[in-house]
Amino acid sequence: MSVLVFADAANGKFKKSAFEVVSYGKKVAEQLGTNLVALTINVSSNEELYKYGAEKVVSVSENKLATFNAKAYASIIKQVADAENATVIVLDSSIDTLYLAPLVSVSLDAGYASNVVALPSSTAPFTIKRKVFSNKGFANTVISTDKKIIGVAKNSFGIHENPVSGTVQNMEVSLSDGDFTVKSEKVEKVSGKVTIADADVVVSAGRGLKGPENWGMIEELANVLGAATACSKPVSDLGWRPHGEHVGQTGKPVASNLYIAIGISGAIQHLAGVNASKVKVVINTDPEAPFFKAADYGIVGDAFQVVPELITKLKAFKEA
Amino acid sequence: MKILVCISHVPDTTSKINFTDNDTKFDTNGVQFVINPYDEFCLTRAMWFKEKQGATVTVLNVGNATTEPTLRKALAIGADDAIRVNAEPIDGLSVAKEIAAVVKNGNYDLVLAGRESIDYNGGMVPGMIASLVNYNFVNGCVGVEIDGNSATLVREIDGGNETLSSSLPMVIAGQKGIVEEKDLRIPNMRGIMMARQKPLQVVEPVSTANATEVQSYQKPAPKGAVKLVSADNIDELINLLHNEAKVI
Repeated sequence: MSVLVFADAANGKFKKSAFEVVSYGKKVAEQLGTNLVALTINVSSNEELYKYGAEKVVSVSENKLATFNAKAYASIIKQVADAENATVIVLDSSIDTLYLAPLVSVSLDAGYASNVVALPSSTAPFTIKRKVFSNKGFANTVISTDKKIIGVAKNSFGIHENPVSGTVQNMEVSLSDGDFTVKSEKVEKVSGKVTIADADVVVSAGRGLKGPENWGMIEELANVLGAATACSKPVSDLGWRPHGEHVGQTGKPVASNLYIAIGISGAIQHLAGVNASKVKVVINTDPEAPFFKAADYGIVGDAFQVVPELITKLKAFKEA
Repeated sequence: MKILVCISHVPDTTSKINFTDNDTKFDTNGVQFVINPYDEFCLTRAMWFKEKQGATVTVLNVGNATTEPTLRKALAIGADDAIRVNAEPIDGLSVAKEIAAVVKNGNYDLVLAGRESIDYNGGMVPGMIASLVNYNFVNGCVGVEIDGNSATLVREIDGGNETLSSSLPMVIAGQKGIVEEKDLRIPNMRGIMMARQKPLQVVEPVSTANATEVQSYQKPAPKGAVKLVSADNIDELINLLHNEAKVI
């Protein structure tokens, strides 16, 4: 019996969420009185995971997986789960993991709870708390199958150091042609930009900015904070910003540590997509904007005056 | 081409969320139910295939009789027929098993479903269906073109897009982008009248097994009031974010 964590990586480097799920998996292993095994795919330097409690790392190297392939990744997770006799499998909530998790669930006949925000409140019955109703509620959910899959919601547990002396075991896996019937043809990424999925801070703006020509100050503020830029739905519908920046119920979900909303009134659909963020700052000229009710900090003021000053002051703060 | 669109019957986005029976049940009192927004994108894309390339479109829901108005709305939008699996949905896996049984029985070429429902947000049903019937699967689709037996798909990835190729039959989990919001269809009077005549088949469930079950619900802790900072005092905002919230 063991707890298996899939430590997701891109281009051979761990995603931040990998450290979060290893931290989480370590605690679950302690609760169950068992050991933690971390699985990595095409990562050459695995030792980084020891810091967060992975005593054993199963390392899979596979040339066929130069790009992510959900079915093949799911097959590898199943093979390692079987080899390690894993009863609990912990995954993150990256776009790729959300793609493969249901496939793993069926292949292992394991109950899968996604959007999990806390450690199991009980291991018998195995009960976990997950976000539901677009962050407007939680469901305490019992997983009743022998094998269990937990999908940890981004930024819900945090990264906790728990250094151990670990070992790496290289493992050969078998993949069939049937695992590659969906083929990746082309990957297009915006390079050099912080993506919403990775960002601790997101700077988002809405129609209050009056036009796409005014986004320079939003990007500058994001640069100062090392943040990703985002926008409200009307802004992406108007074509002022790309659809990939639309956050909200039907856009991208945001669970950053800090979300700064500038010139966004805070429609309920927008809030549903961003209210998992820990700290929300709202800058808006309208004191009645509904977003102020959901925000932690607010400034009633004109973005064209507030944002440039905020940039200047933040630069001074960062340099101090 | 035979297309099946999975329709989840969900509370309208603006619904107040409350729980009853000692916080063990979702309170449906006064709640308006709608087609899950992600499924609506998929339904619109299916209508496009029907009109431009020739396809039959069946809509499906796993639920009790109260979901039939939602299926009728999908018929009014233009689906040809509807199936309701007469089962109370308990979890993603049990719903996927019911849908998989319908897919196997109907030999569908393409199964479209939203990437997640806006009530339970599980994001698991489409992938589970694909696994259960051994169809190819692409998640988070923001584009799909079909030529004969071949599909070209675009899915969203962190910081960009990936183009993929696959053959039919397959399952696609769609989201905004598979069609744009402005292209979503509102049923017209003729569609509503015609929907009444279209077949809505009720089938009995194949299994009652579930893997997970909600024991109780909770609402988030009430949030404190916003701290307002004067527009003339940006230093105070930076101070609060650094020392109080500890996020910069």
